[in-house]
Amino acid sequence: MISTNRTLSGSSQSPRSPSSQPPYLSVSVSDPVKLGNGVQAYISYRVITKTNFPEYQGPEKIVIRRYSDFIWLRDRLFEKYKGIFIPPLPEKSAVEKFRFSAEFIEMRRQALDIFVNRIASHHALQQSEDLRTFLQADEETMERLRAHETSIFKKKPADLMQMFKDVQSKVSDVVLGKEKPVEESDPEYEKLKHYIFELENHLAEAQKHAYRLVKRHRELGQSLSDFGKAVKLLGACEGNSLGRAFSELGAKSETLSVKLQKEAHQLLMNFEEPLKDYVRAVQSVKATITERANAFRRQCELTETIKLKEINLNKLSLIRSDKVGEAEMEYNELKAESEEATRLFESIVRLMNEELVHFQERKTLDMGIAFNEFARGQARLANGIADAWRSLLPKLEACSSS
Amino acid sequence: MMCIEETNLHESREDMESLVLDDSSNGQSHSGAKLILNHDDPLLSSSSSFMDPQNPNSNSLSILSSHASFNAFLDPPSYAEAIFTSFDSSSNGHDQIPLFSSSNSNPRSPDYLQISVSDPQKEQELSNSLVPGGTTYYTYLITTRTNLPEFGGSGSEFSVRRRFKDVVTLSDRLSESYRGFFIPLRPDKSVVESQVMAKQEFVEQRRVSLEKYLRRLAAHPVIRRSEELRVFLEAKGKLPLPKSVDVASRVIDGAARLPRQLLGEEAIDVNEAAQPAKGGRDLLRMFRELKQAVSNDWSSVKPVVVEEDKWFLEKKEKLMEFEQELSNVSQQAESLVKAQQDMGETMGELGLVFVKLTKFETEEAVFDSQRERAGDMKNVATAAVKSSRLYRELNGQTVKHLEKLHEYLGIMLAVNNAFSERSSALLTVQTLSSDLASLHLKIEKLEAASAKIFGGDRSRLRRIEELKETVRATEEAKICAEREYERIKENIRSELERHDKERHDDFMSMLRGFVVNQAGYAEKMANVWETLAEETNAYVKDGS
Repeated sequence: MISTNRTLSGSSQSPRSPSSQPPYLSVSVSDPVKLGNGVQAYISYRVITKTNFPEYQGPEKIVIRRYSDFIWLRDRLFEKYKGIFIPPLPEKSAVEKFRFSAEFIEMRRQALDIFVNRIASHHALQQSEDLRTFLQADEETMERLRAHETSIFKKKPADLMQMFKDVQSKVSDVVLGKEKPVEESDPEYEKLKHYIFELENHLAEAQKHAYRLVKRHRELGQSLSDFGKAVKLLGACEGNSLGRAFSELGAKSETLSVKLQKEAHQLLMNFEEPLKDYVRAVQSVKATITERANAFRRQCELTETIKLKEINLNKLSLIRSDKVGEAEMEYNELKAESEEATRLFESIVRLMNEELVHFQERKTLDMGIAFNEFARGQARLANGIADAWRSLLPKLEACSSS
Repeated sequence: MMCIEETNLHESREDMESLVLDDSSNGQSHSGAKLILNHDDPLLSSSSSFMDPQNPNSNSLSILSSHASFNAFLDPPSYAEAIFTSFDSSSNGHDQIPLFSSSNSNPRSPDYLQISVSDPQKEQELSNSLVPGGTTYYTYLITTRTNLPEFGGSGSEFSVRRRFKDVVTLSDRLSESYRGFFIPLRPDKSVVESQVMAKQEFVEQRRVSLEKYLRRLAAHPVIRRSEELRVFLEAKGKLPLPKSVDVASRVIDGAARLPRQLLGEEAIDVNEAAQPAKGGRDLLRMFRELKQAVSNDWSSVKPVVVEEDKWFLEKKEKLMEFEQELSNVSQQAESLVKAQQDMGETMGELGLVFVKLTKFETEEAVFDSQRERAGDMKNVATAAVKSSRLYRELNGQTVKHLEKLHEYLGIMLAVNNAFSERSSALLTVQTLSSDLASLHLKIEKLEAASAKIFGGDRSRLRRIEELKETVRATEEAKICAEREYERIKENIRSELERHDKERHDDFMSMLRGFVVNQAGYAEKMANVWETLAEETNAYVKDGS
């Protein structure tokens, strides 16, 4: 979905052609290549950008990027665009030997492609300078940026966990004797938070079972193949018409085994992966929730601090101290900071509300497509199976009558 | 198979599924799949919750035509309907079907013999044993309905009580009288199992296996007319068949007669000589036969065999090969059944997750897009749950069809036994032949030695007479043994003919049943998924 609310700057427009092409920015992530050796081996991807945005260097640009570059982009966007649900990235794979399997690489490539395109089609994110850097900078620049940024902005998983816990818990800090963390008292927002956390659990379960279903397809395919082979051997042993019947059955079984393996792959790419993507998207929302909580806390802290400073200032001005000037300066600085914090918090709230509407709509659409693919795949498989067995029956009749 | 876990899953499932399945606003699109299963299928376990009484549209043709764009099976005929009729008419009288199912023909046909085993009861063993108090055992009620001439001719029904030991006796007696026939194997004694299983379970399992066994006997064209079976089924009170004597006394018996045989003084009962040495009754013969068996192994290398024997040897080898492959197929069939079961279970679990998701989104919905999504998820849940049930049913049927494989493995054991009988009968003939040869040799030697003495050697002459007597008896025994051997071979030949034909028919019908089953259920599943595809088509047409 390309946003249409961005207009081309007037100077580059020829007066004779009133409207040139509508603005577009489309990206593709393709051609995974394994580079490096041993433990340091990694996959690089070709990122092709096609655009007519004036800020870009040209209509087409090709760069080579690796997974950690995408992480860099995500982290930068997360820092700059608080309140917006940053599109999620596929996970790092923990299992070594799976890291370079064709299936994993393809799934990752697909997910990265979707990631970049979501950014490119988001009305705010597509303006990002970091995005431009990502899509255009040469590899050395990228490497430098990557190495520099990760040390500052890398959040450890433990930190993230702590933040999430802060958002959820209300009681524990009181129990532990710590100061109770300040939280919004908006009941609707509370409901939303609860919804998001619950949703993640449900979706994770759905994804787990979807993955199991993929495995079951593979297993059924394998057992049909083994069964087919064994039946063919029996047929060879039997000889005569019954033997032929067995052979036909065995051959059919093997054919169906192939169909099942194919469907297993389809299921993985078009049903399980979208569910996983949904889970990741919800996690991104949770990250935004955390940011909002942080912004709220900061705003509250500053408000508290200002009150104290104000009291102090008044005290100082009453006694006509020469520290008044300094205190006033500090007070004004803090006031500016506080206003900034309030602005940030309010913008996060506003953005989140906008994002939520879009998020729900988008997810309904994504899931609708995934469900449709699921249904089509299963129907295709079932029809294939029915056709295959049906075609065997006349042959069986022929065998039994001879 | 999955009975116990199933009921628990069923309970939580059913209140979940009521959310999903009784929505009559979705009636039209679901009704196709539902309706087909409205058929009277006694093999369906979960039919009750599945049928929707609110569905007004009970005309199957109109449902099918509403899905015309997807239904490729209006023409040719849908196998979805066919699977139920084909299975009902080809029922093999196995398991859960009520008491007097047709194990052979139905009651109206000329020669039926229907057996059922029921009502296990515990009884006290009268203490002729050394253990005070005595032991308990179970008896079973054997009920027979028949119009076979052996039992009177005009249809009758009668019952007797038998215990497992009686079945062992029956089986042993049949083995002796019907050597060369493919006699169905009796259930195991399985002492270990009886200690591991719960008593009730074990008794029930035994009841089922006894019933299967007796029905197989009743299905055998020759054995069903046997005196042994008749007596077993009919004779009231204690089973009047000679029990197998316990080995210990037989060994003692045999040992006592040993010295006299060694001296060659014992007259040989012709019939006894013709039997292969059984259970220690004739230790001497056993020793000799062992020696003969060893020499036979060597002689089988030499081309001594008659043309006829070659036929048997070839047949035997082919059958062994067949058994091997059959066993392989049976194993793979078990794996296949397990894979189908797993598929159904996982599909069902997926369905349940979506039911929960539907409930969740519906309750928490703030936006319309959420409500829409909840609706979609409900459709997914419905499809998945239906598909899961179809897999379960498919599997139930698959098991019934592929059970034939297992049965034939049992039959192969019976075939093996028959071929063994032939071998041991041949061994008897060859033992007696070699006995005769050695006897003649002895006589020759004695005659030669005796001829050297003027006037003859009275003691040697006496010995020669005794040996000549033994020769005559042995020759008669050999004739008996040869006759027995030929008889067994003939039995095997006729059995093989019968078996070949039956195997051909049974396997063809098994294959057909299996394939029709798979096709039928695949069609139904396609129907379910096509419905879901239709319901979610809007998302694809919209594009993004």
